[in-house]
Amino acid sequence: MAINAAVRPRRGGGIRRGEARSGWIFIAPSVLITLVFLVIPIVLALWVSFSDWNGFQSPLSPRVNFVGLENYAAITVDDGLDQRNFGIAVRNNLYYVVFVVPLQTIIALLLAVQVNRAALRGKGFFRTAFYFPSVTSTVAIVIVFQFLFTSSGAVNAVIGAFGIDGPDWFNDSTGIIHGLLSAFGVTAPTSGLIAEPGFLGISGWQWLAGPSVAMSSLIMLAIFTTSGTFMLLFLAALQAIGSEIDEASLMDGAGAVRKFFSITLPMLRPTLFTVLTLGLIGSWQVFDQIYILGGTSAGGTISTPAYLAYRSSFVDLQWGQGAAIAFILFIFIIVLTLLQRWALRERSPRKRSVVVAAADNAGTDTAESATAATAKGGLQ
Amino acid sequence: MTRVTETAQLKLPNRSAPRRRKRIGARARSGLLVGYLILIGLALIYIYPFIISIAASFKTDAEATQDALSLIPQTVTYAAYERLFGDVPFPLWAGNTLMISTIVTVGRVFFDSLAGYALSRLKFRGRAFVFAAFIGILSVPGVVLLIPRFLILQQLGLYDTYGGMIIPLLSTAAGVFIMKQFFDSIPVSIGEAARIDGAGTFRTFWTIVLPMARPALVTLFILSFQGSWNELGHFIVSRQSPELNTLTTGVASLVSGQLGSGNQFPLQLAAAVLMTIPVAVLFFIFQRKIMNTTEGGEKG
Repeated sequence: MAINAAVRPRRGGGIRRGEARSGWIFIAPSVLITLVFLVIPIVLALWVSFSDWNGFQSPLSPRVNFVGLENYAAITVDDGLDQRNFGIAVRNNLYYVVFVVPLQTIIALLLAVQVNRAALRGKGFFRTAFYFPSVTSTVAIVIVFQFLFTSSGAVNAVIGAFGIDGPDWFNDSTGIIHGLLSAFGVTAPTSGLIAEPGFLGISGWQWLAGPSVAMSSLIMLAIFTTSGTFMLLFLAALQAIGSEIDEASLMDGAGAVRKFFSITLPMLRPTLFTVLTLGLIGSWQVFDQIYILGGTSAGGTISTPAYLAYRSSFVDLQWGQGAAIAFILFIFIIVLTLLQRWALRERSPRKRSVVVAAADNAGTDTAESATAATAKGGLQ
Repeated sequence: MTRVTETAQLKLPNRSAPRRRKRIGARARSGLLVGYLILIGLALIYIYPFIISIAASFKTDAEATQDALSLIPQTVTYAAYERLFGDVPFPLWAGNTLMISTIVTVGRVFFDSLAGYALSRLKFRGRAFVFAAFIGILSVPGVVLLIPRFLILQQLGLYDTYGGMIIPLLSTAAGVFIMKQFFDSIPVSIGEAARIDGAGTFRTFWTIVLPMARPALVTLFILSFQGSWNELGHFIVSRQSPELNTLTTGVASLVSGQLGSGNQFPLQLAAAVLMTIPVAVLFFIFQRKIMNTTEGGEKG
């Protein structure tokens, strides 16, 4: 076709007549929707983040003033409540990421390896069981988790059987690292560097709090809902590796554990990287759960930047600050995404040389489900 | 690995089988047993929460709170479900969600296919630029769009209308990308023949090429329906009237306890169960498609 196009005069009759016009008509709805409801709004919000708009008249009205970086300064460098709220939200989300990303990756990999066993019966059943939480809505999952983790709930009933007195999970603001330290008699210092307000107005001691018990429940919720999706990504990659290598290594007398760490895991590296970065990008966007729970419960220890951006704007009517938080988050996530794209581009040729030819077919499957996973994030 | 296990099992009763193989067989089997135990344990953790939630939706408030683990309610009550269809405007929420998801799904599948087809098959100036722009837009995180979307809907006078809730969701860069990739994999000759016969661009697309893209259409259909059914963020910022509540925003308001005292677990759980059913049905219908990663890959 390329040759065809080259031979044919650029503008002319034949079957290409009117194609340019049709092309634009075909993409017009998608381009318009994207332009009007994505590109222009982002520019508008960027303006709001540099303005003193209070939500009353139109943000484009002449009475709205340009205030430069004031909104950004208020949440990052100016001492005060706004800075503290932002600092706490960043801390909360940081611990969320630190726990969710590795745990969901390890559990997804474990599930995939177990489900992938060739001799396993009932594969379909297990895959369904692990994937099902991923298709249900966050609202339903939060309700189920609140029910499970209430102080007289199922989780406490189970751990109570082992003589452990469970906390009131979703309302407990104790940081788990603080909790551990206090078990060893270490309590909040009243003086010294660690008690002074530090980065983003948060003291070192507060930075060290760890996720609160309430946030830990949300960490478990996240792992519960995402591990199934990532399991599918790993499963596709495992099947691309194929059973020949399994057999070869078994014949060579490698044990299952050794085989996993020295053969399977290195071959899964591209997928592992994809899962880790998708997890990282997703975990910085946690919003739905926090919104459903009201966001300010558990002493503010479940607030995240994404939620704070919403709250500052829609509840506190500090639109400029809300938009500023959203843009800081936006730039941060875009940087993560670009890093991922760049790294995956570097990796693909190497991957091709490592994975055996048979993987080429299944490889498209991996790419497909990776697209699906990204798409899922993008569509929601 | 199957082949090894099978051969080993076949030869196990045969005394003359090489010792080495026998050992591998035994090891593989004990590994399998451990695997089963791990899997059953994990499956319980993943499924049991849903089962006791369904059970609790038929319990009284007091029993759901005090005896959360039991599977069979001491007194079976439909009070939670009756309330959902009585004091709670659950049917209204469900109706809104059903209507919005249907329009969004149909619209997305149609517009994304059109755009994907144009980007894959039709030659026009600026195509490369538009495609690059869509790729760039793929990485825009959804959660930072909340404030911008509200701003534009307000400017356009679409805030708190069905239009504002639906139109922004009608096309997604991810969907365009999926369709474009799929059209790229269909041989160009297929559309070409029809065009030579004099079929217009749209007819070629609609009657010849699109039907061949069924797998991608099904994928997009599932993702769009599930995505719009479960959408929460956009419906938080695009409306405020109670009459425009969807299942997600409506049921989320039950969580914050707007309906009086007590935790009301049965009521909330009943709402969660009901709102999950359509997505669950879709999931079970298209299960093989959704989890097709393993099909054809199974060797043994």
